[in-house]
Amino acid sequence: MATYNIKVNGKMHKVEADADTPILWVLRDHLNLVGTKYGCGIAQCGACTIHVNGDAARSCSIPISSIAEKEITTIEGLSDIVRHPIQDAWREHDVPQCGYCQAGQMMSASSLIKQHPNPTDDQIDTAMRGNICRCATYKRIKSAIKTATK
Amino acid sequence: MNSSNKHTIKRRSFLKKSILSGGGLILGFNFYNCEADVEIAKKAIPSLEIPEKWNELNAFLKIGNNGVVTIMSPNPEIGQNIKTSMPMIVAEELEVDWKNVLVEQASLNTDWYKRQVAGGSQSIRQGWESLRKVGATAKQMLVQTAANRWSLSLNECKAQNGIVSNIMNEETLTYAELAEEASKLEAPKEVKLKDPADFKIIGQAKKNVDIEPLLSGKPLFGIDTKKEGMVYAVISRPPGFGMKLSSLDDSEAKKVNGVIDIFKFEDSQSDLRGIMNEKVAVIANSTWSAMKARKALKLSWVKSDAVENTSDHDAGLNKLLQERQKEPRRNDGDIDKAFAEADIVLEKIYEAPFLPHNCLEPMNFYADITGDKAEVLGPVQTPQWARIRLAKLLDRPETDITVGMTRMGGGFGRRLFGDFVIEAAQLSQKVNKPVQLIFSREDDMVSGTYRPASKYRIKAGVKNGEVTAYHLTEACVNGNMYDNITNFFPAGAIPNMRIDTNSLESNISTGAWRAPYTNFLAFAEQSFFDELAKEMGKDEIDLRLELFEKAKSNADAGYEYDPEKSIAVTKLALEKAKWGKARAGISQGFCMYYSHNTHVAEIADVAIEDGQAVVKKITCAIHCGIVVNPLGAINQVEGGIIDGIGHAMYGDLSFEDGKPSANNFHQYRLIRMGEQPEIEVHFVPSKEDPTGLGEPSLPPAGGAIANAIFKATGKRLYKQPFVKEDALLG
Ligand code: FES
Ligand code: FES
Repeated sequence: MATYNIKVNGKMHKVEADADTPILWVLRDHLNLVGTKYGCGIAQCGACTIHVNGDAARSCSIPISSIAEKEITTIEGLSDIVRHPIQDAWREHDVPQCGYCQAGQMMSASSLIKQHPNPTDDQIDTAMRGNICRCATYKRIKSAIKTATK
Repeated sequence: MNSSNKHTIKRRSFLKKSILSGGGLILGFNFYNCEADVEIAKKAIPSLEIPEKWNELNAFLKIGNNGVVTIMSPNPEIGQNIKTSMPMIVAEELEVDWKNVLVEQASLNTDWYKRQVAGGSQSIRQGWESLRKVGATAKQMLVQTAANRWSLSLNECKAQNGIVSNIMNEETLTYAELAEEASKLEAPKEVKLKDPADFKIIGQAKKNVDIEPLLSGKPLFGIDTKKEGMVYAVISRPPGFGMKLSSLDDSEAKKVNGVIDIFKFEDSQSDLRGIMNEKVAVIANSTWSAMKARKALKLSWVKSDAVENTSDHDAGLNKLLQERQKEPRRNDGDIDKAFAEADIVLEKIYEAPFLPHNCLEPMNFYADITGDKAEVLGPVQTPQWARIRLAKLLDRPETDITVGMTRMGGGFGRRLFGDFVIEAAQLSQKVNKPVQLIFSREDDMVSGTYRPASKYRIKAGVKNGEVTAYHLTEACVNGNMYDNITNFFPAGAIPNMRIDTNSLESNISTGAWRAPYTNFLAFAEQSFFDELAKEMGKDEIDLRLELFEKAKSNADAGYEYDPEKSIAVTKLALEKAKWGKARAGISQGFCMYYSHNTHVAEIADVAIEDGQAVVKKITCAIHCGIVVNPLGAINQVEGGIIDGIGHAMYGDLSFEDGKPSANNFHQYRLIRMGEQPEIEVHFVPSKEDPTGLGEPSLPPAGGAIANAIFKATGKRLYKQPFVKEDALLG
C-alpha cells in the first residue's frame, strides 16, 4: 500500500492503494465516482474511458502508480453543468438505451472532437471503435458527434 | 394520508384495497421517499420544484402540493426504455403535462404490480390497458373531488393539463389543490379510457427519463451500489462446464491488501444449473482487492466425465436433425404424401453456434442478509423469480424479503436467470455483512446461460408451381422452441406442414437470448424461402405474397401471425427501399418475420467493397400497433437490427472440454462503430394496442443480409457466424 495524491476533475485527492490498482477502481471504489464503468478490464470495451491530460484513455489499464501529476477527467467532471457540446448532442439525439456504455462513449467522443473539430466518418469510426455499445446505439452516437461539431 | 418527504426509505404499509375491474390491478400505497431519487430528480429537472408534500392517489402515482406528479415505473429497465414509456401511458390518461412528471423505479411488489418482468417484449403490450386504467382512475378521483366541491356531476367537469375545470363557468381547480381530498376517495370501479385520437403524450417523442443522470454519470446501475458497511465479492467458478474443484491454496491470495475472507461454498439449489458446483468466494474491502486476490488463488480443477465439446454437439445435433418425434409439434395434412407427389423438393440445413449475452454491465448484485434483514438490490429481469428462490434459500417467507431494482446495463435474457442474486445472498449470509457481488467479464462470459447451439433442417415440396409441403426439424441443445412459434409463418399458408423439435441434453447452461429461437430461425426460414423461390423460378416477393394470401383464405388453420399485417409491412418496406430500383452496385435482400406480436419486414442493401460484402443500409417497416414513444421506439428497432447483424456476422462461441472458446472481448467479436449500416425505420400507422418492440426487429436482420449477400456474391449462407463463410471474402 502506498499513498498517492491524484488530481481528478480539478480536485486533489489522497488515495491509499496498491501500486497496481487501476485508476478505474480508484475512481469507483475510493473516490465514489461511479460514472466511469467497468466492462472488460483489458482495454477492449471502452466503458472505463476517462481523459488523462485531456486525451481519452482506458482507466482499467492504467495503474495508479503511473498517474503522478497527470490530470484526470471523468464523466462527472466533463462539464459542471452537463453542458459539454457532446452532452448536449447526446441529449438532443436521446442516444442511450441501457446507457451503461455512454459515459465511456462521451469521453471518447469529447476527446475526438478536441483533436478533430470536424471529424470525417473514418475519423469517427477509428476513434470510437474501442467503445462497445452492446445495445448498438452506434447510429445515434455518430449522429450526435456530427451534431456536436456542426 | 400524506407521506412526508422524509430522507429515509419509508414504506407505507397501508394498502388501499380497490380492485379495478378488468385490469385486475390492485391500487395501493407504496411510496419510497428515497433521498437519492429526490436528489437525482432535482438535478435532472432543475426547473421542477420538489414539493413539500405528496398525496398518493394509488400505487403508481402521487401528486405534489405544487402540481408535480411522480409516476412509478413498475417494470425492470434494461434499456428497452419502459421507464419512460410506461409512465407516459399513465400520464396520458391522468391528463397531466409530461413536463411536470417525475419517474421513480418501483421495487418488487406483487400485491400492487402485475408482471414485474423484463422479457418477451411484453411490458408495454401487457401493461397497456392496466396502466391506462391507473391514470384514468386517478384522474376520475380528482375530477370527482372537484365535482363534489362544485356540486356538479362528473360530466360537467373536465380535466386537462393537471387542472379540472367547470364547463359551466370559468372556475378551475388544480390537481395540487384536489389531490389530498381525492386520495381519500374509493377508487372507481369503472373508468372511461381516452379515444386514441385524443392522445397528447402517447405518440410523441419523449426523451429518456434518465437522460440527465446518464449524461452526468450519476449512480443508476446495480454495479454503482454503495451502502454502509458493504464489502465486495468475486467468485471463482469452474472454468468449464463439468469441471470440479480439486484443490485450493489461498495462502498468497490472503496476503493481498484488503482481503477479508476466502472460502469455499456450494451452489445452494441443484436445480439452478443442474449441478452443484463448488466455488471459491473472495471477500474484500474493494473490487480491485477482491479481483487481485482471486487471481492469486491457486486452484486446480479436474474434468469429470461430463465435459462436452462442440464436435460432440455437432454430431448429436446432426443425428437429431434426421429424427422425427412421436408427437410432432405441428402436423397439418400429410407431408409424406405431398413430398412423394412433389415436382420439386428442396432441403437445406442451417446451423448456429452458442452465444453469450455479454451485457455490458457484468452480472452483479447487492445483498444484505444480516440480522433480521433480507434485502437485495440490483439488476435482474425477474425480481419475483429471485424472491421465490431467496425465500427457499433463506427459509423465510417471501414477505420478509425486499427486492429493489436498479437500471440495468443490458439484459438480452441473461438477467432472466438470477443465479447471481442467490450467490450474493449466500455470501452476505456467510460473512454477515452487506455484500456487493461482481462478475468479472471473464466470469460473465464463462458462466453464462447461452443461446443454445441449434440446427434446422428445412424441406419443402412444390407441385404445379405451388408449395404443398413444408417440414421443419429443429435440433437444439437443451432445446424445444416454445409453443407458439409453431404457429408462425408459414403455418396456414402450406397445406401439409410438420414441425419436429429434438433436444440434445447438455450440462452447458442455456437460456433465453434476445428473441429466443427466432433470432436464428428467422434467418434459416427466410433464406430458405428465397432459395425455394429461385428453384420454382418465381420472384421471391411474389412467393411470399402468394403464401400470405393463402394463409388469409385459411383463417382457421391455426396460426398466430396476421397475413394482412405481413403484407402491409412487406409492401411498405418494398416501397421505402425502392425495391427493384436499386442503384448500381447494390444488391437487395428481403426478409419478413413476425415475433413478439409484431410484424417486421427488412430489406438489406449490400455492396461489394474491396472484395467483401458490406451491408450499406437496412430499410425496416414495422407494425407494432400504437407507437407509445417514437424516439425510444426507433432506438429499439435500430438497436435490434444492428444487434441482429452483429451476431449473424460475428457471434460465435464453442466449447472444448466444457470450456468456452472466449472469455473476454479480445476473443469475442461484437459489432463496433463503423460496422453498422444506415437504417431507416417506418412504422405502419395504427390505432391498435401496442405490441412488442424490444426484440422483433432483430430476427429479420440476419435473413435480409443473407439474401442480399447471395444476390451480391451468388453464394448462399447456411451457417452463422457469416464471417466464417467464404462468401464474405468474395
Ligand atoms: S473496462 Fe476498460 S476498456 Fe473495458
Ligand atoms: S446503451 Fe447499452 S451498452 Fe450502450
